Amino acid sequence: MASTNYLEFENVSKHFGSIRAVDRVSLSIAKGEFFSLLGPSGCGKTTLLRILAGFENPNTGRVILNGRDITDLPPHQRRVNTIFQSYALFPHLTVRENIAFGLRIEKRLKKEIDTEVDRMLALVQMEDQAHKYPDILSGGQKQRVAIARALIKKPEVLLLDEPLAALDLKLRQRMLMELDLIHDEVGITFLYVTHDQGEAMSLSDHIAVMNLGIIEQIGTPAEIYEAPRSSFVAAFIGDTNFFEGKVTDIVGHEYSRLTIDGFPDVLCFNDKHISAGNPVFLSIRPEKFHISRDAPPNSNKRNIMRGLVEDVIYQGLLTKFWVRVQEYRLSIVQQHSRFLLDEKPIRWNEEVWISWHADDSFMLERYSESDEQLVSLPPENIGDVNGEAATPE
Amino acid sequence: MKNARSHLNELLVTLPSLLWLAIFFLIPTLIVLAIAFKPTDFYGGVGAGWTLETLRSLGNPNYPAIIWRTILLSIATTIICIVLAVPTGYYIARLGTRWRQIMLLLIIVPFWTSFLIRIYAWKVLLHPDGLIKKFLASLSIVDIHTSLLHNQWAVLLVMVYTFLPFAILPIYAAAEKFDYHLVEAARDLGARQWQGFYKVFLPGIRRGLLTAILVVFIPALGTYLIPDIMGGPDAEMIGNKIAQRVFVDRNLPHASALSALLTLAVFLPMVAVLFLQRKKDGSEPIIKESA
Repeated sequence: MASTNYLEFENVSKHFGSIRAVDRVSLSIAKGEFFSLLGPSGCGKTTLLRILAGFENPNTGRVILNGRDITDLPPHQRRVNTIFQSYALFPHLTVRENIAFGLRIEKRLKKEIDTEVDRMLALVQMEDQAHKYPDILSGGQKQRVAIARALIKKPEVLLLDEPLAALDLKLRQRMLMELDLIHDEVGITFLYVTHDQGEAMSLSDHIAVMNLGIIEQIGTPAEIYEAPRSSFVAAFIGDTNFFEGKVTDIVGHEYSRLTIDGFPDVLCFNDKHISAGNPVFLSIRPEKFHISRDAPPNSNKRNIMRGLVEDVIYQGLLTKFWVRVQEYRLSIVQQHSRFLLDEKPIRWNEEVWISWHADDSFMLERYSESDEQLVSLPPENIGDVNGEAATPE
Repeated sequence: MKNARSHLNELLVTLPSLLWLAIFFLIPTLIVLAIAFKPTDFYGGVGAGWTLETLRSLGNPNYPAIIWRTILLSIATTIICIVLAVPTGYYIARLGTRWRQIMLLLIIVPFWTSFLIRIYAWKVLLHPDGLIKKFLASLSIVDIHTSLLHNQWAVLLVMVYTFLPFAILPIYAAAEKFDYHLVEAARDLGARQWQGFYKVFLPGIRRGLLTAILVVFIPALGTYLIPDIMGGPDAEMIGNKIAQRVFVDRNLPHASALSALLTLAVFLPMVAVLFLQRKKDGSEPIIKESA
């Protein structure tokens, strides 16, 4: 990877009236990277993208691209190109003319334009559609034209504003792979805006999770999933179970003991070195639990407790369990590594053992008003954090 | 492929309007055309028999100048109206709902006053003792002795005034439906502001523009009240000549011949525009996807 600060946002803010759409955001992106801005709608990710494209002027801060301050440049002087959510193909121009638009504006030679357009048509596999008008193209084809139209300008950064949102699921998955291939092929820096964690996780080298105009966390997909730094990130990316507790004492260098109302004491990995006495959130992903009929072997780093199965949802690849432990309702997911017909599956209303390793849970100290909605207490609602809550709108 | 039944249904649905057009438009037009080939009678009516005499009398040496002026004034009116209506339509389309409604109302309000009264109001304004004249003279922009009335400029001014709303409304309607992301896309691809306007916005409101051109140009060609009231001898238009032939000379065949000429002049550009529109739209589906 080249220098990590090819594209930099320095302390960028944008206000619309009293709303802080983007609030003191600093961010640096490496050359050639696939970088995603991920967050619920209204989190400021699109505004940040529009600031980079030149459609919005930030109230404060600077945008630096390839060593040049582009904060005050008009859109047509920036070497960034955008793929709009609605594609914004010119309806009065054919596919070929749409793709050629950017080069025609530059007044390039006709021959040169033709070769470039042909190359782009081949890249997005739209050679047969070159003379059609956008109106009669399918969603996926429009998407490809939009990509070709932007890439032909050889931008330093390609901006993608929820490019797959308008496509149906099957097509979305295919375009996802195509985008990945195109990124590998052209090697241009991609800045991808989405509210869909699946898209961001599968494509990105790095993800910045945004909420309410600020960046909650920047990291690789694995870092963000496995080690979220705030309760917002933990809940927004993937599913999780939240518990509100308190650190009682520090065990060794890396672990701490927590009390959670109604639970036996719980051991948890403490990479954040939260000291005793502090209130924390404990987060455990559904797949990190182990559920069994027989008591699991005792080990000093495993937390073990009894629970009552309230619901079982068989999904083929996975089985989902809702298990009641005291007043909490836990979401647990088990993958079927094997399926033996003589093995009696765990059923509704059964008493089970659940356990998890201290390293598989994490503590979050952050507590803001927005977090309170995620960590819904009373405990009946804890389950709601899972599933739907992670994909707003 | 359509079957016979749907053809029949189509015919049934379109028949009333076809009949209406035939009875009240096509037949009268043909009658007017026919009268052009009739002689006059002594009392100002239409005589018996057929003659080409009237057509020959169209060779009146005054006519080419009048026809030329009519076309020129109509083209000038159309151009000025379009140039004023495009930014206005764009501006109104970009307003919030509330202000948009107020602006549209303001454009329509003048129609509540009689057309004739509005023209006379202009006459009062431009009158040697009128407000505008006095104001301009006080600033020494015009000489106190020049007349603002009874010339081509007064006619042009009032024609633009009259037809401007008809240009604004279709352009506004098209601008309102226009997807402004397209202009952003053009800017994004390296277009300057005016290039985005010229290469994306104007083609985007193409239909509105064509409609505006037609609804201004065609009635402008046939105008006769405006030059009659605002113009002088050097501002006569073909409409005035037709009126004069009918009401003063009582020469109906001659008036008919002039009307036929005017109809042709209106008909040809209309066909041309419709043809252009059809050619452009041929590849577009009937139901447009709204982005």
